[in-house]
Amino acid sequence: MSLMNNLSTSMISSSSSPFLAPISFNSSRTQSVTVPPKSISLVKCVSTPQEQQTAYKTKVSRNANIAKLQAGYLFPEVARRRAAHLLKYPNAQVISLGIGDTTEPIPDVITSAMAKRSHGLSTLEGYSGYGAEQGEKALRAALASTFYGNLGIEEDDIFVSDGAKCDISRLQVVFGSNVTMAVQDPSYPAYVDSSVIMGQTGQFQKDVEKYANIEYMRCTPENGFFPDLSTVARTDIIFFCSPNNPTGAAATRDQLTRLVKFAKDNGSIIVYDSAYALYISDDKPRSIFEIPGAKEVAIETASFSKYAGFTGVRLGWTVVPKQLLFSDGFPVAKDFNRIVCTCFNGASNISQAGGLACLSPEGFEAMQEVIGFYKENTKIIVETFNSLGFKVYGGQNAPYVWVHFPGRNSWDVFSEILEKTHIVTTPGSGFGPGGEGFVRVSAFGHRENVLEACRRFKQLYN
Amino acid sequence: MYKLSACCSMSCGISLPPKMILASLRGHKQGNGRCTNVPRNVNLEKLQNNYLFPEISKRELQHLEKYPNAKVISLGIGDTTEPIPEQISLSMANYAHALSTAEGYRGYGAEQGNQVLRKAIAETFYKDVAIKDTEVFVSDGAQCDISRLQLLLGSKVTIAVQDPSFPAYIDSSVIIGQAGDFQDKTGKYQNIEYMQLGPQNNFFPNLTITPRTDIIFFCSPNNPTGHAATRKQLQQLVEFARDNGSIIIFDSAYATYVSDDSPKSIFEIPGAKEVAIEISSFSKFAGFTGVRLGWTVVPEELLFSGGFPVIHDFNRIVCTCFNGASNISQAGGLACLSSEGFQAIRAVIDYYKENARILVDTFASLGLEVYGGVNAPYVWVHFPGSKSWNVFAEILEKTHIITVPGSGFGPGGAEYIRISAFGRRERIIEASWRLEKLFSMGKSPLLTV
Repeated sequence: MSLMNNLSTSMISSSSSPFLAPISFNSSRTQSVTVPPKSISLVKCVSTPQEQQTAYKTKVSRNANIAKLQAGYLFPEVARRRAAHLLKYPNAQVISLGIGDTTEPIPDVITSAMAKRSHGLSTLEGYSGYGAEQGEKALRAALASTFYGNLGIEEDDIFVSDGAKCDISRLQVVFGSNVTMAVQDPSYPAYVDSSVIMGQTGQFQKDVEKYANIEYMRCTPENGFFPDLSTVARTDIIFFCSPNNPTGAAATRDQLTRLVKFAKDNGSIIVYDSAYALYISDDKPRSIFEIPGAKEVAIETASFSKYAGFTGVRLGWTVVPKQLLFSDGFPVAKDFNRIVCTCFNGASNISQAGGLACLSPEGFEAMQEVIGFYKENTKIIVETFNSLGFKVYGGQNAPYVWVHFPGRNSWDVFSEILEKTHIVTTPGSGFGPGGEGFVRVSAFGHRENVLEACRRFKQLYN
Repeated sequence: MYKLSACCSMSCGISLPPKMILASLRGHKQGNGRCTNVPRNVNLEKLQNNYLFPEISKRELQHLEKYPNAKVISLGIGDTTEPIPEQISLSMANYAHALSTAEGYRGYGAEQGNQVLRKAIAETFYKDVAIKDTEVFVSDGAQCDISRLQLLLGSKVTIAVQDPSFPAYIDSSVIIGQAGDFQDKTGKYQNIEYMQLGPQNNFFPNLTITPRTDIIFFCSPNNPTGHAATRKQLQQLVEFARDNGSIIIFDSAYATYVSDDSPKSIFEIPGAKEVAIEISSFSKFAGFTGVRLGWTVVPEELLFSGGFPVIHDFNRIVCTCFNGASNISQAGGLACLSSEGFQAIRAVIDYYKENARILVDTFASLGLEVYGGVNAPYVWVHFPGSKSWNVFAEILEKTHIITVPGSGFGPGGAEYIRISAFGRRERIIEASWRLEKLFSMGKSPLLTV
């Protein structure tokens, strides 16, 4: 008990980096949970205070890889800032356009299926214990036909999970520490962080804000948010998210064709994150497997989170084609299956029942309506920033708006917006050095909150 | 042995017979340009077979193909069979319905788990040992937590396991790169310390001859032997860990099966908070094997050698590699811990314990050496001089009962069979009857040693 208090009083205050921020063990990102003050323990993860030197220590060394991580994971950081702000202004009407958390209720047809499955668990006929670790057959089949119908991806290429974030780490466990990886810059932080944890990277280099050994593929307005592959070094693994979090950019068929060729020429594996595919408004590809030859070079990961509001329900999937082989010919799917069987035990059966309902005609239509709602939010936010004279990107094919604040430090902009308008956003540098000078505004929220937020933005920036 | 066996689960379609796999591998080795240049993770190459339980499933399927009309009784994989008490599934159904309302909708939850649930777990299981809710991390199950703990610890730590033990400790250790090479001669991985358990040492390792390792995996009540360590034994274990500066990862998934006064948590032992992590699960406690819910306790006092709190790093892993257990499952978990829910669950646990008692009686009456079945839903039967996969095969062939061969749990299980006590009462009784028939009239060669 006293340990935590002692740590909080001995914080080092010399650092100016916003990343050396405390960790909260009670994540306050849930909008409707009020976080009691005492649980915001300000803990510095860098030094060892006096008191600890007399406390019993084991002789187990800390994992040097985890020690490389610079600060807490990005989104709990944002949540911590939000909670601190609420402490400062207890009556503020804070609007969260930071963490990409869905807000609209899940359509009835989907929750009814989950309720039904729950009730069934109390009956002899309806009770089920351990499910197949790869997921329930009906759901795998529905995923294959719904998303990969004419792309030659089969039911048994699909592995159901408790979400893309978890799958990213499981994929890293498959790959191991001896592979190199490339990420877009900026990108969803889980790719880099899981790579550091796995031991694939060197130390963080403060001057460039990058980890040694990771290839950062800069994505900017100048290159249309698609990296210049002629300047990208070969790596074993290439993480690619499209539509992109945070920039909102969706790669064209031509760009993806070049990416697949690049991977093929280099013998690399693309891990393609398609979590926002259903937000595409134009004819951009929704799956990497739309590109010929992709099955031999790519894995695709996806999620029900942003489609069905399943951020708390937890359901996603990963496609590992049979044709994807390691350099010795061993199928990647076999190793992924081994990890899934050993390090995981299947997604919740109730969540899977919900997923199946999502893919019924009625469920899919209902999901599209909710997606449409968030897309309308996005439109409103884009229009607002456009009208204020900002350079705005994204927002067309993803529920994220990527706003340029040239020459400004993104955590400073984040703080200014939070302080002056009580709106939480996400600072672009949290997604990599390529995000500096940008702020990500997420479009999840009740309509009235989004409209109110836009009013406040107009007030601040007019 | 099973190196070339195909995808390990019955629902995975990649199941080529061994010869075909070899042939296809050869074809690819010749570099027909269809391979990537990404090297396979050498750690995964070190794994000897498929994970144990999908193997058992596979055997069951093969048996069913051979005997399509057989009434197979599964006493293999420890899968719960009895319906979840109504008040618990009702609370999950209600939570699901509420997700369709503005007031009831919830998005991302705290990665560490719902605060109310964390508090309830601390109060239900750790009230007398002062574990705080902030030290409890809710998860989607112990099997997943084991791997997250391995990610936390990294490849450079050494581990000890009980022998026999739940295979996920060893397999996850191999995967993360701690284990070294498998040695065919001993059936052990080079860098893992196997602490042998048997009737000869009362199913508790002789710690005076156990070398130091950084981590000690210890499961009690034990899967597969069923032995629950005594208070004295756990005191020795904690002292051993303390003297060596090691960390115990204590698996208490079967704590609610304890029938006597054996400790239910490692934290009942003074000093344990500075040397131990405890993992647990709602699976066998509440029939949540498919619902997916568990928890891990990391005390604040537990420090790495440099003084850094382990809980900080575990929290980082949980925030980065995980996104919380399903909110519906957590609602169910909370209902399990209400006094009404807990009582209803106790009745189901007692049902399985009665199953175990019946199985123990059956084997004992046949004159077989039988262990466990008192503090755990597993019965551990000794067939001296036998090979457990042969015993498994014999029992399956002659009685259509699935069990688990002891060697799947490590070389220490070589002459044993694990029989799990989950199942409908009628099937347990039917299984007992079939086993009596097989073993009593000297029909089985397994008894003639």
